[in-house]
Amino acid sequence: MSGSLREVQRVSGGEDEHGHLEEFRTDPIGLMQRVREECGDVGYFQLASKKVILLTGAEANEFFFRSADEDLDQAEAYPFMTPIFGKGVVFDASPERRKEMLHNSALRGDHMKSHAATIEREVRRMTADWGDAGEIDLLDFFAELTIYTSTACLIGRKFREQLDSRFANYYHLLERGTDPLCYVDPYLPIESFKVRDEARESLVGLVQEIMNQRIANPPADKSDRDMLDVLVSIKDEAGDPRFSADEITGMFISLMFAGHHTSAGTSSWTLIELMNHPQILSAVTGELDDLYADGEEVSFHALRQIPALENVIKETLRLHPPLIILMRVAKGEFEVRGHPIHRGEFVAASPAVSNRIPEDFPDPETFDPDRYDKPREEDVLHRWTWIPFGAGRHRCVGAAFGTMQIKAIFSVLLREYEFEMAQPGDTYRNDHSKMVVQLARPAKVRYRKRQSRG
Amino acid sequence: MGNYRIEVDLDLCQGHAMCELEAPEYFRVPKRGEVEILDSEPPESARLDIERAVQSCPTRALTIVDKEN
Repeated sequence: MSGSLREVQRVSGGEDEHGHLEEFRTDPIGLMQRVREECGDVGYFQLASKKVILLTGAEANEFFFRSADEDLDQAEAYPFMTPIFGKGVVFDASPERRKEMLHNSALRGDHMKSHAATIEREVRRMTADWGDAGEIDLLDFFAELTIYTSTACLIGRKFREQLDSRFANYYHLLERGTDPLCYVDPYLPIESFKVRDEARESLVGLVQEIMNQRIANPPADKSDRDMLDVLVSIKDEAGDPRFSADEITGMFISLMFAGHHTSAGTSSWTLIELMNHPQILSAVTGELDDLYADGEEVSFHALRQIPALENVIKETLRLHPPLIILMRVAKGEFEVRGHPIHRGEFVAASPAVSNRIPEDFPDPETFDPDRYDKPREEDVLHRWTWIPFGAGRHRCVGAAFGTMQIKAIFSVLLREYEFEMAQPGDTYRNDHSKMVVQLARPAKVRYRKRQSRG
Repeated sequence: MGNYRIEVDLDLCQGHAMCELEAPEYFRVPKRGEVEILDSEPPESARLDIERAVQSCPTRALTIVDKEN
């Protein structure tokens, strides 16, 4: 390491007991933008007792995303996950293990066609009682829809059929239990942590009921089995059930966690941005009408190119990335852009900040789906700063599934309904008071059945 | 031969095989392996397929590099 390293600069503010924690709980993006403005590509803020070194810009991000787990560790960086998943469920696996899992999992490319059909079916079920016109809350609608799609696709249709809106409600309360105060102590006696623990108990109760039914009515043959039937049938050496309801619930929560609030939030913001830009909305609706004029199914087209809609999804993700900060813990001594990073420090990258760097994304605040057309292709050109899915070794394994899911959802919704805002455009916003970012309520939208089609 | 070549960053490839789906004549991804580029300097006529393959790579491991004239 060279001799002329400059220690990382601290961002202004944060004079309270827990440093910048209070600001991080109210305006995290503003705080992280100030880090970049004041300190450049490498700067830090104080989260309780932890220094969080925020990296932005292509070079610093590349260091972050190329690092191996032995160097920048993920597991320790998200203390809010342990009480949610439960003890013994890992937050994430090593890239090697992830690779292995990918080849055996429901996320493999060859399962996408049946997932697309499942998603279409779930959208049609959720809208079955909509009638000709009405109003929905985007958070309620998409959070419930994506509970059904993620359980049906990742755990099994049979399990999904045994769920109702109670599961979605409890799951939502779990996601709300991610207050940044977890960086002080994830078991502090605060209301949202209490609600989190009760919600988890309730989910375990629902899963226990379903397990009891499965044990009482074992599947007739292998083709009728889903993941839960398999899990309840496994015995330990003494012949007792190997997994408790608590453990199985933890596995299911962790399976669904990465894909749920991210897909729900991105679906909501896609619709909000479309309503904000009527010309783009009519172009996308026109594209879908033309494409589906060939009579093919959603399970056909959602897997293929839908260029205008895909650009809209990319631009929505750039401006409203579902994860605004990605964290690691340094396991050694490193040097980034002339600054030292020391063992034990938190290291972070921020999609919310990097996605809006004006040098890479001209006119960064403008919703401009054309920036992904040739020859601009800003997502490909700036692979270390266009990072809604992260980048490198830990890039989201569900990116293809998630994008397909949104294409499938809007293939149904925009061909069947027209949407308009039921509140002023600038009142749709995210709630940043928790680590899991969610749409703030109210987020009301009016729909009307389209007349031009049958 | 076209005016470009394909480069891969094997440090990033995780074997998702999305490139093989888009352009099977130019990419092969063995089960549990990393991508093998079958022809790193494809003809101009294959460029659209190659661009789609590069776009679809979930880890951005592939790049197209234009050759100097």
